[in-house]
Amino acid sequence: MVRVSTIEDREVIGASPVERTDALEDKAPEEELFTINMGPHHPAMHGVLRLVVSLQGEVVKDVRPIVGYVHTGIEKSCEDKSYWKVIPFVERMDYLAYFSNMEAFCGVVERLLDMEIPDRAKYLRVIHLELNRIHSHLVWLATTCIDLGAISMFWYGFRERDKVLDLFEMSSGQRMHTRYFQVGGVMEDIPRGFEPKVRAFCAEMGSRLDQYEAILDRNEIFLRRTKNVGIVSRERLLDLGVTGPLLRAAGEPWDLRKVTPSLCYGELDFSVPVGTVGDGYDRYRVRMQEMRESLRIVEQALDGLPEGPHIADDRKVCLPPRDELATSMEALIHHFKLVTEGFRVPPGEAYYAIESPRGELGCFVVADGSAKPVRVHIRDPSFVNLQMLREMSLDGYVADLIQNVAMLDPILGGIDR
Amino acid sequence: MPDAPGLELIAQELNGSFEGAVLGTYYEHEQGALVVNPERVLDVLGWLRDTPGQEYRFLASLHGADYLPGEPRFGVHYELLCMPRVERLRVKAALADPGGDELPEIDSCTELFPTADFHEREVYDFFGISFRGHPDLRRILMPEDYVGWPQRRDFPIGGDPVLFTHNEVELPRWYE
Repeated sequence: MVRVSTIEDREVIGASPVERTDALEDKAPEEELFTINMGPHHPAMHGVLRLVVSLQGEVVKDVRPIVGYVHTGIEKSCEDKSYWKVIPFVERMDYLAYFSNMEAFCGVVERLLDMEIPDRAKYLRVIHLELNRIHSHLVWLATTCIDLGAISMFWYGFRERDKVLDLFEMSSGQRMHTRYFQVGGVMEDIPRGFEPKVRAFCAEMGSRLDQYEAILDRNEIFLRRTKNVGIVSRERLLDLGVTGPLLRAAGEPWDLRKVTPSLCYGELDFSVPVGTVGDGYDRYRVRMQEMRESLRIVEQALDGLPEGPHIADDRKVCLPPRDELATSMEALIHHFKLVTEGFRVPPGEAYYAIESPRGELGCFVVADGSAKPVRVHIRDPSFVNLQMLREMSLDGYVADLIQNVAMLDPILGGIDR
Repeated sequence: MPDAPGLELIAQELNGSFEGAVLGTYYEHEQGALVVNPERVLDVLGWLRDTPGQEYRFLASLHGADYLPGEPRFGVHYELLCMPRVERLRVKAALADPGGDELPEIDSCTELFPTADFHEREVYDFFGISFRGHPDLRRILMPEDYVGWPQRRDFPIGGDPVLFTHNEVELPRWYE
């Protein structure tokens, strides 16, 4: 005997977030909605994203993202850590843009402290932020192409990404989650030999991007899968709070590096690529061009890299140089106090936003004068951008839904925090 | 950013249009903020969004904070952004704790800013601030059947009872 679900059953399960056909409803088969779960454990979901999808045949009639599967309460944990111990926590939110997360958090604490960082630190930060953007876009490109069935692109993308990670390893000792940025500057100066390695990478990367485009730009499958798919109007994107390459692909030239140049972005020459239609293809083009612009930024930052200290000379906030510990009592005391207790931040609240590879990454911190923040909130671009998925995918095919998720470039670590 | 006098002008105009809407202003770290009466928050946001010369049409972020032991206890922050002038303005609604199991309430701004949907769900999820008129106010990151408001300051870190697998002997099928 077939058991039909009753009204009581539905109440037990909880109200469905999507439009669906109930088992009791009498509908013609072609009008019936078929509701399924996509994910959370599926390679095409870029992490653990769960989509509840209502399908009519192969056409998506409703879709709702359900998130929270990798929620680890990072924001709550940050409230229990002194400021300098928060840095490794926020890094692990958006795990492909760890330098951006660090910059957002360190930047907001520097604002609360009214602290100016040395020029060299600004340039070093920009070099790492832009290498990070290339790294993040390469992972996006590789995984997107694997969603579209192009496995060779996956290997090429990860090959170059590994070279960026080699550079991070050289400057900071870690490949991912480097904790390289400190409040007041960066942890260490770049080692000898780093600069030629970065220059060699920049020289090579341009031709690699040409090769990727040679693979994809005239690939009929790729073009058919991405062109005119997932278009949402620019006005609607702004209403939904979407930022980053997704917004720029729709024709809005909004880039926080340009409009509110923090660090040394104001001194560097780069352009903001924009799309025209706002479909998947434009999103791809914008990200490819952004990688080229990032290469230009890195090269210029290396050219203009000023001499000087890499961290601010404020012994109440920054660790004293290692060699001073053996000769200076005060340095030893401050080192001890900074490590055990951390520095204190005067009461206040601040919000600081930067352009991460995925859009506006904002960090909001409330300080109460102690060594621990009262509240740390990260406005993660993936979290906000995910809201556009429904409008991208309605009345499209399931295959396009996969493409749309890929083009969103959601990082679930950042969404769930 | 509107500078400190500019912020006062905005506050004055708002109080002229909506009696008692702005309770105070503060200006720190090169950013101005309006402290508003939570009952009038929609009036304020709507005015800031639609008045010519203001046009804060982009809601960059919406987040909550718990100021325990301060009063009023909760704050809901709206980080507004005017893209043409590249100006940010924070609107902060100060919410008192009604006490007991009652949740503090504030109007949802999803009609004005559709992006607030996820943000408000997150604030509800973590602080237990209820948004009146939100189309789908459910928990977003915590499990749907979770009890408690984890980012309130009086919610302990690591305070959840954890039942380890070795408890299976004493408490058979504890996971149910």
